[in-house]
Amino acid sequence: MRVSLFAIALLTLIGLQPATAQEFSITIKDHKFSETELKVPAGKRITLTVINDDATPEEFESHPLKVEKVIPGKSKAVVRFGPLKPGRYNFVGEFHESTAKGVVIAE
Amino acid sequence: MLGALIVVFREVIEAGLIVGIVLAATRGVAGRGLFVMAGVVAGLIGASIVALFASAIADMFEGAGQELFNAGVLALAVVMLTWHNVWMSRHGREIAAEMRGLGAAVSSGQRTLTALAIVVGVAVLREGAEVVLFLYGIVAAGTNTADLLLGCVIGLAGGAALSALTYAGLVSIPSRYIFSVTSVMIALLAAGMAAQAVQFADNAGLITIGSTVVWDTSHIVPESGLFGKLLHTLIGYTERPSMLQLCVYLATLAVTAILMRLARPQMAQRPAAAKG
Repeated sequence: MRVSLFAIALLTLIGLQPATAQEFSITIKDHKFSETELKVPAGKRITLTVINDDATPEEFESHPLKVEKVIPGKSKAVVRFGPLKPGRYNFVGEFHESTAKGVVIAE
Repeated sequence: MLGALIVVFREVIEAGLIVGIVLAATRGVAGRGLFVMAGVVAGLIGASIVALFASAIADMFEGAGQELFNAGVLALAVVMLTWHNVWMSRHGREIAAEMRGLGAAVSSGQRTLTALAIVVGVAVLREGAEVVLFLYGIVAAGTNTADLLLGCVIGLAGGAALSALTYAGLVSIPSRYIFSVTSVMIALLAAGMAAQAVQFADNAGLITIGSTVVWDTSHIVPESGLFGKLLHTLIGYTERPSMLQLCVYLATLAVTAILMRLARPQMAQRPAAAKG
């Protein structure tokens, strides 16, 4: 017991604590995102469902969010990220980077 | 066309660099061209299959199939790269000796070729699947197809040129040092892939600890840029490494170093005994 408490304290100290997830959703249509701004809570694990309404595949990519995921045409995919510090995190549809752009705002 | 070129080139950079490094790391080993080619072809076939079943893979494991697949193949590559390094630290001398005698190491180098062919296959598979899907999108959309496909072809040629350039650069290193250099490069490659694998496991929801970002150097070397991408492939550079990624990266390097030291033949105790 004391050992596990100590372990939790230690893990928390070095930032290894688990966090619970919150769910969001976004849609790709005509190589654009339905929301160009997505507000999420900071400090939480986020589960984002990306629905691709286009017939062609898209790659949801964000270096700031540390996510890259291919979403085939007419299907959806789940991406998981966070916990985030408050701030702005850009994401793109890599296959149509000129139009498919958005930002996650953690606050 | 330029857009397609950039997307395709960005995807083939990683495979291109890895092929170049693998060719240099197996310099003088007879039959390596065949093995590397087999790796590329197997990777391409695998990539097409993965692209074909992309939806099915993505839907597996509560939508985390793609991440787990990526984490799995990366982990396989890490094991193969590490195995190569350990094997070379034991047999590198034999290969060098055999090369001096026969001009090529016919017998001793074959084993590690299989491991490295798998690494090449995995690299081509991962990046190739994205290229195949991207190409499919272009063809399906049907607009400016010829123009875009030309961009893809130039992008692919760029990847091949990068392989050639990497190889040419590495083989210009004097042969006494080349295996030392490629060992370090392969260790860094493995560490970077291990860090990438745990990030995919994190994205899959498999690991939920150590997600805290340790530092952010995106304003200095953005990972989306060419230089960032090169560093990402070569040394596993990440603009925002998580605590877990950093730990795994360092642990992989440490484990590789220890295993290589343990595998090194003790020349004084058993001269020329390291056969097999």
